[in-house]
Amino acid sequence: MFGYYLELAVRSLRRSPGLTALMILSIGFGVAASMTTYSVFRGLSGDPIPWKSSRLFMPQIDSWGPGDRFHDEPPDALDYADAMALMRQHRATRQSAIYPIGPSLMPTNTGRNRGPVELDGYAVYSEFFPMLDVPFHYGNGWSVDDDVSQLPVAVISDKLNQQVFGGGNSVGKTIDIDNHDYRIVGVMRDWNLQPRFFDIEGGYYSVDGPDVFLSFRHSVAINMINAGWDGCRKGASDPQGDFVGLQNSDCVWIAYMAELDDVAAVQRYRQYLDDYASEQQKAGRFRWAPNNRLRDVPAFLDHEHIVPSDTKVSLLVAQGLLIVCLVNTVGLLLAKFLRRSGEIAVRRALGASRKAIYAQFLTEAGVIGVGGGVLGLLFTVMGVFSVDQVLPASYAVLARIDPSLLLLTLLLAVTATLVAGVYPTYRASRVQPAWQLKAS
Amino acid sequence: MTVHPIVAALRRHKVAVLLIVLQIALTLAIVANAIFIIGQRIERMDRPTGADENGLIWILQGWPAAPAGDDAATIEQLDALQRTDLATLRSVPDVLDVAASTSIPLLSGYTVGDITLNAEQKGLSVHAAYYYGDQHLRPTLGLQLIAGRDFDASEIRHGRAHADSPVIIVSKPVADALFPNGHALGQTVYQDGKPSTIVGIVERLQTPRRSESTWAYNSVLEPFRDDESWSGYVVRARPGRVQAAMREARNALFAVNPMRLMPGPLGGIHAFTEIRARAYRSDRGMALLMSVICLILLCVTAAGIVGLSSFWVGQRTRQIGVRRALGARRIDIRRYFQIENLLIAGGGVVAGALFAFGLNEWLMTHYEMTRLPVLYVAIGVLAMLALGQAAVLVPAHRASNVPPVTATRSV
Repeated sequence: MFGYYLELAVRSLRRSPGLTALMILSIGFGVAASMTTYSVFRGLSGDPIPWKSSRLFMPQIDSWGPGDRFHDEPPDALDYADAMALMRQHRATRQSAIYPIGPSLMPTNTGRNRGPVELDGYAVYSEFFPMLDVPFHYGNGWSVDDDVSQLPVAVISDKLNQQVFGGGNSVGKTIDIDNHDYRIVGVMRDWNLQPRFFDIEGGYYSVDGPDVFLSFRHSVAINMINAGWDGCRKGASDPQGDFVGLQNSDCVWIAYMAELDDVAAVQRYRQYLDDYASEQQKAGRFRWAPNNRLRDVPAFLDHEHIVPSDTKVSLLVAQGLLIVCLVNTVGLLLAKFLRRSGEIAVRRALGASRKAIYAQFLTEAGVIGVGGGVLGLLFTVMGVFSVDQVLPASYAVLARIDPSLLLLTLLLAVTATLVAGVYPTYRASRVQPAWQLKAS
Repeated sequence: MTVHPIVAALRRHKVAVLLIVLQIALTLAIVANAIFIIGQRIERMDRPTGADENGLIWILQGWPAAPAGDDAATIEQLDALQRTDLATLRSVPDVLDVAASTSIPLLSGYTVGDITLNAEQKGLSVHAAYYYGDQHLRPTLGLQLIAGRDFDASEIRHGRAHADSPVIIVSKPVADALFPNGHALGQTVYQDGKPSTIVGIVERLQTPRRSESTWAYNSVLEPFRDDESWSGYVVRARPGRVQAAMREARNALFAVNPMRLMPGPLGGIHAFTEIRARAYRSDRGMALLMSVICLILLCVTAAGIVGLSSFWVGQRTRQIGVRRALGARRIDIRRYFQIENLLIAGGGVVAGALFAFGLNEWLMTHYEMTRLPVLYVAIGVLAMLALGQAAVLVPAHRASNVPPVTATRSV
């Protein structure tokens, strides 16, 4: 029966090509606008580390006090004193203080890199690598002993390895960074989690992954300055380039990540943070009650409002467009179906049940849905390819076409059109055969 | 013609009428808000920076492995490097003027502070961005000096930047905010508690900050060469020679010292037009996206009206024939459909205006959005009514062509 309805549907659609084209175009545009903006939204709001994000936490400690709170929130990062205290006390399964560095790769005599190159990197502790499941081509992260002895060790990216050594296993080789020799202990695979949730700036999207990781304690010891943002209390002067001054200030600039494996551990860590703040209060460093936060990665990213509001507004407006297109389709389908009241009456008079009428007209709506879906696919692909015309490159690369997006597009088009077809079909099934036949 | 029979006829198509009303209402709500967003973005993109942007070049570069210490020797070393660069750039043939500067409008990297009228930082306080640079910065940017004087070469200090310059040049909004009665020139103000005398006022200078703020034009020029491992230079090229000047500047800088970093996208040598385009890229994108969506919406809605009106005309051929046979003129038939459309569109725009303000209200509570001016909705209302009339033109014309003899035929 379905084949017959399909044939009827195609024949009916052919009879009024203008109206059919209008409906298919309308569905196509509506779906494509929604899916294109959705692809951007999906790219920007994705969980950077879905298999572990609920076990990774970013503690926030109120080191500034009530006068400097914004919406009653403590600062988003830690100052040096708190970060070091937390590292020393070492209460989580794994943990690392993190700050961004921008050292220079110095030119070598062997000639692969002629001029200096600025590197995008982070100073971290050894537990950073297993905590974030950083994948390695060769070697591994450094050891806890290397942290303590402040050794000049480096983990480099695959890209940097290609650039300096032409690829291959470079573990054990040395690399000249800021005129210091670093022993390479690990070469990462391509690793670029988006957004860079371990960066203090939180909502940070980047086309390339970090080039290099150095040991936190070593970097502080050799005065490798913080290349990222720092925030200071109102009225406090920002030490800016003075790195030692920054360490002694209560300006915040360090991201801190802790791995906590179950609810009980999270509860204990919360208690620990509050105890720590109370201790600081007793010691006179804080003159206010503890006001800490312990958010996991998704909650922290949400708190940072990383998805730009433009992206959300665009998605919303595009969905509005889809709704208008659907309302339009309902109207047109209604007109189209009721115009065939005579035909319906004849079919009913010849014994077709209401169910059969339903099947016939929903099939017709489905055919329009598939048509709209195919057109929507085409427009969506065009849309996603042209987002780099309107968005910064680091956002645009995150809008990707993949099978799930294509499937969703088709599904949305067909479902939406079927929903739009329900009322017109209901009306068609209510046509009174006798009345209709008499009238004509 | 009375409206009564039209309304009576519409009652028989409640759902179809409601669908069109809903479509027009939603279209109006979205289009009014989208056009408002487009208007805001265009307005933002058109903001002047206060600088003479044509021929302006920005250079940001770093010295690798430069010492990070705060000691005098390090600072002198960095300052010498910077002075060499300034002299090198000055000798480039296509360069008219060069200045040291820590930033430039729309760059997004900036230092801020609060300016008050007393050392205790009590009372009136003006938030402003600080541009650290030398005596050439004002003329190189092409800022209009409306009172006072430029910095003298002897007033330029150097080191690690702090807000403690004895003399400053402020933008007019800063002067006006601090001294509403005028007379800002020659007054002493306190930058983060340190005294400074205002020696000059420029008409306009946007901060490097890109996003919207109440202090977007609150800028201060500080006579200070900032000695960091990174340095910024503002270059004024000869008219029409921007590309040549950029090329020559790069060659000259690398010739004098090949050990430098110019990583993109912020570092390196950029024409100001490029910086402006990058700063407003997402605004441009948003305006473009909203325009495309508006266009699609209006087309879909217009096409929908054409479709449904045509259907009604087809359905009522016989009635039209009867009316024509009873003496209605063609213009009466046409007017019937036009008035019918006006009634439906009228209902749509009333609901749409309410939806538009509702949507705006919702956007305001959830996103950074300001109140939708009534004017945008009014224009949207007129546009939707016009769109409806235009869309019904062809079906109405077709209806008026139905011959009276149709009344006697069976369909």
